[in-house]
Amino acid sequence: MTGHLIRRLVQSVAVFLAFLTLVFFLIQSQPGDFTSFYALDPNITRESREQIRASFGLDKPIWQQYLTYVGNVFQGDLGVSFKHRRPVMDLILERLPRTLILFLTATVVAFYLGFVLGKIIAWRRGRPVEYLATIGGVYLFTVFTPWFALILMWLFAFKLHWFPIGKFISPALWRGADFDANHVFLRLLLTVLIASVVLAAGYLVMRRMRLPRSGLTFAAFIAVVLVASVWWWASSGIGAFGWDIVKHMALPVFTLTMISFAGTMLLTRNAMLETMRDDFVVAARAKGLPENVVRDRHVARNAMLPVVTSLVFSLAFAIDGGVITETIFSWPGLGLLLLDSAISSDLPLAVGAFVFTGMFALVAHIVADTLYVFLDPRLRHA
Amino acid sequence: MTVEDRVRAGTPEPLWRLRLRTTARRIKEQWSLFAQARVGLVGLAIIVLFGLMAIAHPILMGTVWDATTYGPVVGFGFDELSHPAPPSTRHLLGTDPVGRDILSQLMFSAQAEFILGIVAAVVTLVVATTVGATAAYFGGWIDALLMRLADIVIMMPVISLLVVLGALWNLNFWTLALIIGFLSGFGATAVIIKSQALTVTVKPYIEAARGAGGGSFHIILTHIVPNLLPIAFLYVMFTVTAAIFSEAILSFFGILNIRMSWGIMIHTAQSSGYLLAGLEKWWLLIPAGASITLLCGSFYLVGRALDQLVNPRLRTR
Repeated sequence: MTGHLIRRLVQSVAVFLAFLTLVFFLIQSQPGDFTSFYALDPNITRESREQIRASFGLDKPIWQQYLTYVGNVFQGDLGVSFKHRRPVMDLILERLPRTLILFLTATVVAFYLGFVLGKIIAWRRGRPVEYLATIGGVYLFTVFTPWFALILMWLFAFKLHWFPIGKFISPALWRGADFDANHVFLRLLLTVLIASVVLAAGYLVMRRMRLPRSGLTFAAFIAVVLVASVWWWASSGIGAFGWDIVKHMALPVFTLTMISFAGTMLLTRNAMLETMRDDFVVAARAKGLPENVVRDRHVARNAMLPVVTSLVFSLAFAIDGGVITETIFSWPGLGLLLLDSAISSDLPLAVGAFVFTGMFALVAHIVADTLYVFLDPRLRHA
Repeated sequence: MTVEDRVRAGTPEPLWRLRLRTTARRIKEQWSLFAQARVGLVGLAIIVLFGLMAIAHPILMGTVWDATTYGPVVGFGFDELSHPAPPSTRHLLGTDPVGRDILSQLMFSAQAEFILGIVAAVVTLVVATTVGATAAYFGGWIDALLMRLADIVIMMPVISLLVVLGALWNLNFWTLALIIGFLSGFGATAVIIKSQALTVTVKPYIEAARGAGGGSFHIILTHIVPNLLPIAFLYVMFTVTAAIFSEAILSFFGILNIRMSWGIMIHTAQSSGYLLAGLEKWWLLIPAGASITLLCGSFYLVGRALDQLVNPRLRTR
């Protein structure tokens, strides 16, 4: 198993190198270079242009530029943004927590919803509820996202005033604060992570202990963890700020959930239908187990495999999807950064954000592969 | 006259007619399987509806609509006092902020979306079957190289890539269709097609063709690719969805250099400041947005229904 993982890791580094090469030649394929912005500026003479070219290393042969570029990326140096006059990596790391928290929440909610619905419609195959859920789900899945987000925004924020319109904080509240938004964002992210780790650990322990009425105990455990984290936030002094961010997050998360749950639902349905033909399902029924036990314990457990991998894969494209959603809700995350920089021709930032997105996707793919091996015992012992 | 009669009479049915008949029978069988998944029929009906709209536009422009008033790109509704004008008998879906007829734009753009979808689909079909068949037939380092390339394409964040490309180059309609077709043909689709091609390359008739002296090119093209087309056709449906969707998104962001599309219509509404007008100026946002959604979703539904044809494990018993 470790051999497989090491091979996979080496392959991923090779893939990443190829990806960087591709990006480098994409930049090269653009007519002119960064200094052509000044070509028509009479204040910048030919000599000073040459000087700028030399200072950027653009006069060196192309293979040398390529090596410098790849070397820089591997050292975490993605260049300096034209517009913000700051290192690209700084900007990315500043925006990353905001994108992560938005998409982690939305993805987990959407997957849970999709999995539950998928189980139900697979069991009710051919009934009206399946057609309704499939057609409704598919049209939500392929809905023109900006348009859908705008309608929701108009309805819930503009007409009903349930949520704030756009942005991620209320400036009036934050004016006197002596820390920045990322201070709160990182703590929110940390809370979510700790809570999920505790929940997962608790779940594993409880399964080992084989408690009677395990469902009820686990529900109580979830409630305790939730209350504990809320209590910690309330007593931390930055609770109001955290709540402000959560309030701004609600509508984007709702939109993202609506858009993406159908993918999981349809995947779960197909996986369930394929598993339902297996012999052990007939055996489980023959034992006289109730239908919902056959569905949840026997079929769904096996159908979960592709669903879990697709969860990790979809996290890989979180930043990519962020381009659309963050733009509509003016949520200052990585996606908005990418689009803004592309529109204002801030090339180092646009390309840097793109390279980072690719890197993120690659890491998520490795995680997905590892998880697959871990989850499927047939692969582990192969 | 039945086949038996013909054989008895000594005039066997000509080969082309025999082929036509078996093809027709196969299509009929496949159709009845497709029709079992009713969601596919819903999708197909909507696609046909949009197809009719696309066909009707040039006819209407030639007969009842004159180009100066109803032209989708440069027309102006002189018959309205102010723009955007609400729906009326002259302009069934109203006019946009610069005075163009919304219905005319909607129908005109339907043509463009179909052309975009078809071009992207054909590119995907060609790329995916070629890559998949080549990788499966030759194996070895060719296979490894092609599949690693496919890995890169799979991990590519598509929307971000298109946005960055839009910043670097001047993207237009045709380049977009080519890029999307290529990306979806070389990515996951190629991997799936390859696994299908692997089951074909071990069939005895491939060995027979090789024994009869067929070259690699000939075998791939006439013996392997035709067997891959049904499954490739299924994934092409999702390419069409992706193509139409990306075009709309990029047009909405104003990155794409095209004159008129559903995405541009929403972009126009946005740049004139009508985005949060919501239902008060519904004809600016609803028709275009709903069209994108419906057409994308319909191709997706058809793709899912085709899935049941290709994947027997999903059929009802």
